[in-house]
Amino acid sequence: MSEIAVELRNITKIFSGVTALDGMSIALKKGEIHGLIGENGAGKSTLIKVLSGVHIPEKGEIIFDDQPAKYTSPLEAKRMGITCVYQELNIAKDLSITDNLFMGEYVKSKSGLLDYTYMNKRAREVMEEMGQDLEPTKQCGLLGMGQQQMVEIGKSILSNSKVIILDEPTSSLGEKESQLLFEIVKKLKAQGKAILFVSHKLEEIFEHCDVVTVMRDAKHIITTPTSAINKDQLISYMVGRTLSNLFPKIKTTPGDVAMEIKDFSSVGAYRNINFKARYGEILGFAGLVGAGRTELFRGIFAADKKDSGQIIIDGKVQNIKSPAKAIANIAFLTEDRKAQGLVLSETIARNISLVNLSTFTRGLFLDDKKIISQAEDCVKKLRIKTNSIYKLAGDLSGGNQQKVVIAKWINMKANIFIFDEPTRGIDVGAKIEVYNVMNDLIKAGKCVIMISSELPEILGMSDRVIVMRGGKIMAEIDCSSDQFNQEDIMKAAWGGVLKS
Amino acid sequence: MKINILSRDKKMPAFVGPLLAVFILSIILSLISDRFLSLDNWMNILRQTALNAIIAIGMLMVMLTGGIDLSVGSVAALAGCVMGVLLQSGVHNEFVLIAAGLATGAAAGLINGLLFTQLELPHPFVSTMGTRMIFRGLALLITGAAPISGFSAGILFLGYENVAKIFPVSFVLVIFIFLGINIFLNKTALGRKVYSVGGNKEAARLSGINVKRTLNFAYMMSGIMAAVAGIVLLGRISCAFPVAGETFDMDAIAAVVIGGASFLGGKGTVMGTLIGALLIAIIRNGLDLLGAMSDAQFVVIGAVIIVAVLVDVIRTKTEEKSRRLAQAKVME
Repeated sequence: MSEIAVELRNITKIFSGVTALDGMSIALKKGEIHGLIGENGAGKSTLIKVLSGVHIPEKGEIIFDDQPAKYTSPLEAKRMGITCVYQELNIAKDLSITDNLFMGEYVKSKSGLLDYTYMNKRAREVMEEMGQDLEPTKQCGLLGMGQQQMVEIGKSILSNSKVIILDEPTSSLGEKESQLLFEIVKKLKAQGKAILFVSHKLEEIFEHCDVVTVMRDAKHIITTPTSAINKDQLISYMVGRTLSNLFPKIKTTPGDVAMEIKDFSSVGAYRNINFKARYGEILGFAGLVGAGRTELFRGIFAADKKDSGQIIIDGKVQNIKSPAKAIANIAFLTEDRKAQGLVLSETIARNISLVNLSTFTRGLFLDDKKIISQAEDCVKKLRIKTNSIYKLAGDLSGGNQQKVVIAKWINMKANIFIFDEPTRGIDVGAKIEVYNVMNDLIKAGKCVIMISSELPEILGMSDRVIVMRGGKIMAEIDCSSDQFNQEDIMKAAWGGVLKS
Repeated sequence: MKINILSRDKKMPAFVGPLLAVFILSIILSLISDRFLSLDNWMNILRQTALNAIIAIGMLMVMLTGGIDLSVGSVAALAGCVMGVLLQSGVHNEFVLIAAGLATGAAAGLINGLLFTQLELPHPFVSTMGTRMIFRGLALLITGAAPISGFSAGILFLGYENVAKIFPVSFVLVIFIFLGINIFLNKTALGRKVYSVGGNKEAARLSGINVKRTLNFAYMMSGIMAAVAGIVLLGRISCAFPVAGETFDMDAIAAVVIGGASFLGGKGTVMGTLIGALLIAIIRNGLDLLGAMSDAQFVVIGAVIIVAVLVDVIRTKTEEKSRRLAQAKVME
């Protein structure tokens, strides 16, 4: 028997034309903790899902225990001995620990009824193995996040998994809970299990992993023992691409402060945020997924409640209590077009007129002529690919939907435009058109804020960039600074401190 | 009725299916029964349609937002009973009585709305199921569970009077209400907001639409329409009856659904709802003429609801496909 528990060889996975894994290979050894890192969208999640049977790859093979393995569902993967603890836990909060542990694999007694005596006993043993003295009949919703995670890991122990995948297990844990988790992980390692550890925290990788694999652009970049590499090297492996000329950046002279945010806080999302955004500039917000950027701007736009903080627009303190109030000054182009930006069952024309419906009325009634002419203008100006403004928004492609969202906001009187992940999931041509819209806005003296998880985009379009991590601002870098580069921004996004 | 130009491009409106059913059913019934096509019978059908149609138009507004209102039957009875109690206590002015009935409906509807928007109860199915019992209980309470008669003709005429001795006044009322609501839903900002809130609540909210106010308004309209139906019902049975209208809620939902509305909200038309109500009345009338028992009526109407929704599902799917193909051509 070899020391390799499971190996992926040349795995390729394509989602509707987008390559999520490109000839990816990785080997997990028994009794080893294997770190996996990469930027947002590098392909880590897809890799995990291929390994745990959620996705079936187009090409490549999986070798398990020296045998080519074929499994087509998470259940089959689990029966074989591969389990995954996802970041978003799959716990039924209303059920007991025992019920959760044995979900789908209930043990029956001879009578054909469930054997709770046995299951409760096993549940207690499993939880004790992890140092958790818990009553197995306790409802999972009453447990802390860390303990819920233990229950998830308990499932892996119970099914006697040989390979355990941990997807950002510490992202919602405190310091103490994290330490406990790593103790358990070490125990599992000592039992000869292979562990794949996905993390956004470099310190954890160095502290706990034996080897680390870096992914970038759906590809394998390097696998190396953690003792043979340092943080800066790892980061440069993660970003290692050069900027192409996809970004039609223009030079403007920033004007007055448009919006100042003072001491913005919301428990669990962001803390003590202070920044200024000026007219005539694009202010980029960089950070990893979950850094609290979207939450912050939802708070500013009053889409969610904040705990404290002040918004000053054009020098005046604003009391913005609802999106309906916010739209007078701020346009918020949300991250999720389908869930938050568009009414998919309505036409393009109706979506475009949605924000400022009341300005489209003449007397009591809506002014259809005005709605139509404006919609037609927008379709032309933004080159929305459609043969009619009466087409349903749901029938358009991603790029064109995004343009409809832009059209919706662009005719507003607002002077501050927040673009949240404006080019996610749209093709290159449409991306450039979105950038041109931003350029037109700053040329017209508006203030543009762009939240983006794509570093090249941040560097390519921003005049200034603010980096967030864990709900806090880590760095503010002007484009003239020599820290305005991928490595330094990544460093800040991963929790490093930049020299000032 | 003019179909709003902004709603969809070309393609047949959702109510074509039920309209076709109305025609086919009429032809079959006229062949079977020679009484079916008579003017008298048709006026009878319109009279039967009226009550359900009035309730259904309120229900449509609520269902467009993705909700439901199970309390309409109780509200109709309560509105009539409030008027009855006022009458007993010496109020005889028709305008005051009718205003009191409508105000009862508006208040009841607003309570339904507030329960959903302010207390944030999970779904109006639950809250209106509760108020359905509460309003019914109140109607029984204030009347001592006894019918109240003695209304003047100035109120009762809505339920029994005919224009030119033949055309029911109640259906004239339906025409006015439906025209008004159609203009409201398609031509005013608030009307479009009702559709947008149902189509995507979060997108509507982030577009600066006051979602709660829009929802409260929809439920209030449903309450008012139920009260109007309650007043028509007064004339029909010439008394305020606390246990009247037990099946109003389901009949109204059936009419709205047959008319092509979606339970998920955002989809449905005034015209479709009217045809839905008409179809139900025709089926009832036809089965009556054929001497069928009410049990058979239940079976047939139940089946019609299922077939109507099925047809709508198939129609939506084929339409979606053709739209996709058309869009693919544009993209090339």
